[in-house]
Amino acid sequence: MSANLEATVKEICRKYNNERTRLMDIVRDVQAQCGCVSGRAAELIARQVGVHRVEVQSTVSFYAFLSERPKGHVVIRLCNDVIDKMHGVDRVARAFEEELGISFGQTTPDGKISLEWTPCIGMCDQAPAALINDVVVTELHRSRAREIVHELRQHMDPQRLVRRLGDGNNAHPLVQSMVMNNVRLPGPIIFSPVNRGEAIRRALAMTPAEVIRAVKTARLRGRGGAGFPTGMKWEFARGAPGARRYVICNADEGEPGTFKDRVILTERADRVFAGMTIAGYAVGAEEGILYLRAEYAYLRRFLEDVLEKRRQENLLGKAICGHSGFNFDIRIQMGAGAYVCGEETALISSCEGRRGDPKTRPPFPAQKGYLDCPTVVNNVETLCCVTKILEEGPAAFSEHGSAGSTGTKLLSISGDCRSPGIYEVELGIKLSEVLRLAGAEDASAVQVGGASGQMVPPAEFGRTICFDDLATGGAIMVFGPNRDVLEVAEHFMEFFVEESCGYCTPCRVGNVLLKERLARIRAGQGEPGDLEYLEELGQTVKTMSRCGLGQTSANPVLTTLKNFRAAYESRLCQPTNGFRPAFDLRQAVRAAEAVVGRSSAHVGG
Amino acid sequence: MSTTIEFTIDGKNIQARPGQTILEAAQQAGVYIPRLCYMKGLTPFGGCRVCTVLVNGRPQAACTQPVAPGMVVENNSPTLQRYRRNLIDMLFVEGNHFCMFCEKSGNCELQALAYRFGITAPKYPYMFPQRDVDATHPDIFIDRNRCVLCGRCVRASRDVDGKHVFDFVGRGPHKKVAVNAEAGLGASNADVRDKAMEACPVGAILKKRVGYVVPIGQRLYDHKPIGAEIESGR
Repeated sequence: MSANLEATVKEICRKYNNERTRLMDIVRDVQAQCGCVSGRAAELIARQVGVHRVEVQSTVSFYAFLSERPKGHVVIRLCNDVIDKMHGVDRVARAFEEELGISFGQTTPDGKISLEWTPCIGMCDQAPAALINDVVVTELHRSRAREIVHELRQHMDPQRLVRRLGDGNNAHPLVQSMVMNNVRLPGPIIFSPVNRGEAIRRALAMTPAEVIRAVKTARLRGRGGAGFPTGMKWEFARGAPGARRYVICNADEGEPGTFKDRVILTERADRVFAGMTIAGYAVGAEEGILYLRAEYAYLRRFLEDVLEKRRQENLLGKAICGHSGFNFDIRIQMGAGAYVCGEETALISSCEGRRGDPKTRPPFPAQKGYLDCPTVVNNVETLCCVTKILEEGPAAFSEHGSAGSTGTKLLSISGDCRSPGIYEVELGIKLSEVLRLAGAEDASAVQVGGASGQMVPPAEFGRTICFDDLATGGAIMVFGPNRDVLEVAEHFMEFFVEESCGYCTPCRVGNVLLKERLARIRAGQGEPGDLEYLEELGQTVKTMSRCGLGQTSANPVLTTLKNFRAAYESRLCQPTNGFRPAFDLRQAVRAAEAVVGRSSAHVGG
Repeated sequence: MSTTIEFTIDGKNIQARPGQTILEAAQQAGVYIPRLCYMKGLTPFGGCRVCTVLVNGRPQAACTQPVAPGMVVENNSPTLQRYRRNLIDMLFVEGNHFCMFCEKSGNCELQALAYRFGITAPKYPYMFPQRDVDATHPDIFIDRNRCVLCGRCVRASRDVDGKHVFDFVGRGPHKKVAVNAEAGLGASNADVRDKAMEACPVGAILKKRVGYVVPIGQRLYDHKPIGAEIESGR
């Protein structure tokens, strides 16, 4: 067994040229073949790639999909996103537990099946959903959960759980998934028909500087949510000194409630890869990386095939479209379950085979990014827009949207609405109009921008979706009149506690404290001073945190405090008879009572 | 070409060399910016965030932010001081810190910061985490109850000692410092003379058999608050 492990590890490491920077691929492969990355495996990998074992462990222990201890051959990861909660995932969870005879975090005694929770897997429009190894199962209910366990016990083949195939490329032979695209409103940019190769040919007829100018003229801003001008980012990278440059496409769509990149990758992968190639030409890069979140591993073979076809058509590779001197190729880097890797510098750390810790800025990625080379990191949707800008010119693009926010935006709408799914809308659209489109007229609260976004009250539904008002990566989560915004906020805080990388104090500790106080208020033990406490704590986390995660993680608390204050106030208790409601005297003396074997007279019966 | 960069901290003119960080330039000019994960000679980390200042209105860690001509830095404002105090508070409740019987007491940077900021008891609820102690090494022990995850040991071992005895494992609230050996520090190549063993600002990495040898009254921060040596212009 030991010799076996050694041979397996050696072979895997050799496949990646024993390169330290490919550690993510190596540990993923070791995990796939050996069930985990044990201390012994870490030692062997470390020896092969020339690092210390603790460095390998540092990487492995960071990612939720990697494990240092053996797990079942099949791992059921049930999504505990707030939208899944609204759609009854807790009942599904009980069914899995009963049928498997284990709790979450455990493996069946025969070592066959493990059961875990996982944060948003990008299926909010078909919740509740789960990942069973790489296979996605959607629209779960109790009896289906029971059936799944029965079927798995018979064949242990997650793929055979897929009974019907989804629409579009979800039914492609290389995808074979039950996932639905649910494109409710296709728009003129992302979902327009693809003219393969056209954008690249047009770009190659221009100089790189002209390509950047076209993107700047279109006033394209980053679609991940931050809205940084894309052309400017490219210009910085092009102007930065360095022998090699890189283009990275951020397909680590982890923001709870966001699933538009999944649909783009399924239906418009060519447009994404064309955008990367154009970016490569513009900044002078020869290598591109698509960083694909582990939850979307079911798309990998299909995407590899799209890349291969593009190579065959000379849209990738050497002398692209006969343009001597322009070589560009793309590899897919799989993630392993870490929300923070959607942050561009954390994503770069991960691509380098490290923990997904964000990097210190400056230097910015455009100056020193992947392997310390100038690097452009763009969102999936942004790169699609690039392709369209080159296909039809900047003017055709900036005709859409508003002056400060040109083009269209894909929205991922989920929650209490009649038609959850993908909507391609003009930037500048009113939120009320979005809600009407989705059939969510009775919404009583809308979370715009995912967990890190803001909770918008009905009085502000007249606001617009654009970079200067309600900026969003595209997540719109609708909450109806019977939902508790504090429960939602606490849920988001729980998410941030688990997804913080732990590098900086405010995010690592502050989120835990925010969640603790929110839970206390929800339990009816809140005091009037707690609201001020939450505000001060939230502002501390927001101001002092090192990266975008911590700078936005307090938003669920801060925006509900601002916009739904009554929901907090109605739960607060006034101290009575000098007793503070937050202090449960009976609970406090319980352990002591157990020791002395009698109940305290002072606490009362 | 000028070799001096001029900027201001709280209105005071500061002269710095290109390539210096705000923290280094401030220190040279006798301005103390509170810090914890910073240590001279190590790669800046920017993790504790105690040294956060406002640079032209934007929060930045002074230990990692390079100086730039004309930048306006705010250091000693009531809001920043309050937020820094909150961070120090957080570090106390996150771990298990018992100053009264910790042998680092008086020489501890976290304790000294708390005194400087007037903290007598944390306002946040204690988390009382379960953490490991590693006494496997003959000359050194690790008490993770007191670890503040500043990474000074990690950086010192990696960059100065060239050993990589330590690294971080886990993430978020589960993050901790691990040792490069299955059986603990005693099985690693850690040596009591390593720079890493001097790097801990708190009592998480301590040398054995020398605890309490320096009596109260003669310890580093017994008479003057932390930072006083910088402010007195020495």
